[in-house]
Amino acid sequence: MPSEPNHVLEFPGGYTRSTGPVIGRFLTELRAGRIVGVRTAAKKVLVPPLEYDPLTGEPTLPEFVEVGPAGTVREWTWVDAPRKNHPLDRPFAWALIRLDGADTSLVHAVDGGSLKAMRTGLRVWPRWRHDRVGSITDIECFVPEVTTIVANVRTEYTVTPGAALARYLDALTRNVFLAGRCPSCRSVYVPYRLSCPQCGSVIEEELEVGPSGTVTTFAINNLPDPRAPQVPFVSAYILLDGADIPIIALLAEIPATEVVEGMRVRAVFEGGAVKWFAPEREA
Amino acid sequence: MGNRCAVIGVGQTHYTTRRRDVSMAGLVREAALRALEDAGLTFADIDAVVIGKAPDLFEGVMMPEAYLADALGAAGKPVTRVHTAGSVGGSTALVGASLIQGGVHDRVLVVAYEKQSESNATWALSTHLPFTSSLVVGAGGYFAPHIRDYMRRSGAPDHIGALVAVKDRLNALKNPYAHLKIPGIDRAMVESTPMLWEPIRYLETCPSSDGACAMVLSSEKAVTGTPAWVHGGAMRSEPIFRAGRDTVSPQAGIDCAADVYRQAGVTDPRRDLDVAEVYVPFSWYEPMWLENLGFCGVNEGWKLTESGATALDGDIPWNASGGVLSSNPIGASGLIRFAEAALQVRGMAGEHQVEGARKALGHAYGGGAQFFAMWIVGAEKP
Repeated sequence: MPSEPNHVLEFPGGYTRSTGPVIGRFLTELRAGRIVGVRTAAKKVLVPPLEYDPLTGEPTLPEFVEVGPAGTVREWTWVDAPRKNHPLDRPFAWALIRLDGADTSLVHAVDGGSLKAMRTGLRVWPRWRHDRVGSITDIECFVPEVTTIVANVRTEYTVTPGAALARYLDALTRNVFLAGRCPSCRSVYVPYRLSCPQCGSVIEEELEVGPSGTVTTFAINNLPDPRAPQVPFVSAYILLDGADIPIIALLAEIPATEVVEGMRVRAVFEGGAVKWFAPEREA
Repeated sequence: MGNRCAVIGVGQTHYTTRRRDVSMAGLVREAALRALEDAGLTFADIDAVVIGKAPDLFEGVMMPEAYLADALGAAGKPVTRVHTAGSVGGSTALVGASLIQGGVHDRVLVVAYEKQSESNATWALSTHLPFTSSLVVGAGGYFAPHIRDYMRRSGAPDHIGALVAVKDRLNALKNPYAHLKIPGIDRAMVESTPMLWEPIRYLETCPSSDGACAMVLSSEKAVTGTPAWVHGGAMRSEPIFRAGRDTVSPQAGIDCAADVYRQAGVTDPRRDLDVAEVYVPFSWYEPMWLENLGFCGVNEGWKLTESGATALDGDIPWNASGGVLSSNPIGASGLIRFAEAALQVRGMAGEHQVEGARKALGHAYGGGAQFFAMWIVGAEKP
């Protein structure tokens, strides 16, 4: 990092420089929001324009060609810690940019967002300043083409339990699993529901099942879930005593490696809901 | 079954993690144009378009069929969107075929796709309403307990899943469109990857892919090029919550297979079919579906896998393309199975062609293994 200066040399008000016709035209076009190059006798387009062809020393032609505004990054270097006089106050790239239609490259800053986003061949567009004065900094920097957008989708709901689920949840607050028996196929469904998913019959008979049951099968989940106390956690299918269909629930208070099919478990209630299931212990 | 129907064009995109260079419209169009090119046709030759994809929440685009109609040359034509979760690709082909079989249209374009990179399928599958605490995280979280149940019931040794994971990825090396290409993959590599949802290891799961697949279906009189004839098609579904439901070998799958076999005159699928493209998103579903689809007896599926019968050089190759385990643009995955079956009997499967394939099964399943779609295609007219 540069040290703090102890002496400053500065011409008061800054030098006034004559641009000449070629550079002047370039800067005038920049002020108007356009980028032009100049043609050489060999029909090459120089951007930024030069008064004299660097290959031949001959004057360039009085022929200006609009280029860009987009271009391709040919070479670049990353500036991780921008200095005071740099065009951007956040990490950026200096790049040689070949504007579309040009035969030479322009040095400018690329606000790529991150080092990872930078690459040779990156397509970039100028970000123009609103108030332009006729300077290369009328282009604040170049930025990558738009290739993705972020679509924020959010829908808000007020979800209320239906009649059957409300009854089931109400029973849970009393630490009871409410089930229903199909009058036709006699299957016992938990959670309590109003019709049989198999035969469609209306379920009217209510009964209580559990709170103990048997593990039919399970998964050991190694991916975190905000609803689980830790990783790994066990999600188990539990056939509550008296029911004909298993429910899936968290199984805790036991190391995951010790869970087996056929294991007897019992619901642990907390705050009017099932906290999890735990191995059944002799009272 | 109605009028004869044939597949006359197949088009696929290269399946990959991210297709950042195209929009959804560009993606489906790429597959559609390739299918049309295969059939030697243009959009002008198409009477109707059928689109399939996974639920809207996967990319957050509501009713994408309306937005995609332009890209699929559907202006002024009927467009139908099919919606059966993971089996949707298969159902899409069958809905398209039914429009031909019913004599409604002569040429139907069926397209299915997913651009998984725009969102996160595990999130979309795990949006829990209040009042429930199902604790199922993604598809793997749902299927893992049922795989465990299969292992317990069948007494299958633990390594069978890894064998399938290796076999399908070796096949993928021969398929230019496949997503996962893992040269040198072997059982040790698969077994060295972590358990995500025990008993499912990382390399025993399908990838997340961007991609689209399309087919041109035709009536008999409108056939161009090389046809694959539809010998049978069937769909079945069952409620996910039903007392006594066998989640390892669902009745809907058994019934669907019986229906499609009856239509195609198949009495012994292992003997009568030459190749099968079956929806296997987690490796253990190969032995499970071998049993569900009647390729062997109950609890015998893992033995068939272990014997090598389902390998590319086995007597009944399964997923010669590399299958869902190698490419999984979810909504398209079922259609890819159906399309690969057609490619096999057309003799156009390239390096993963099963020599002399004359009759092939395409299979898809979805939801909590509750929606099934299958077809059998053949080189000869039914």
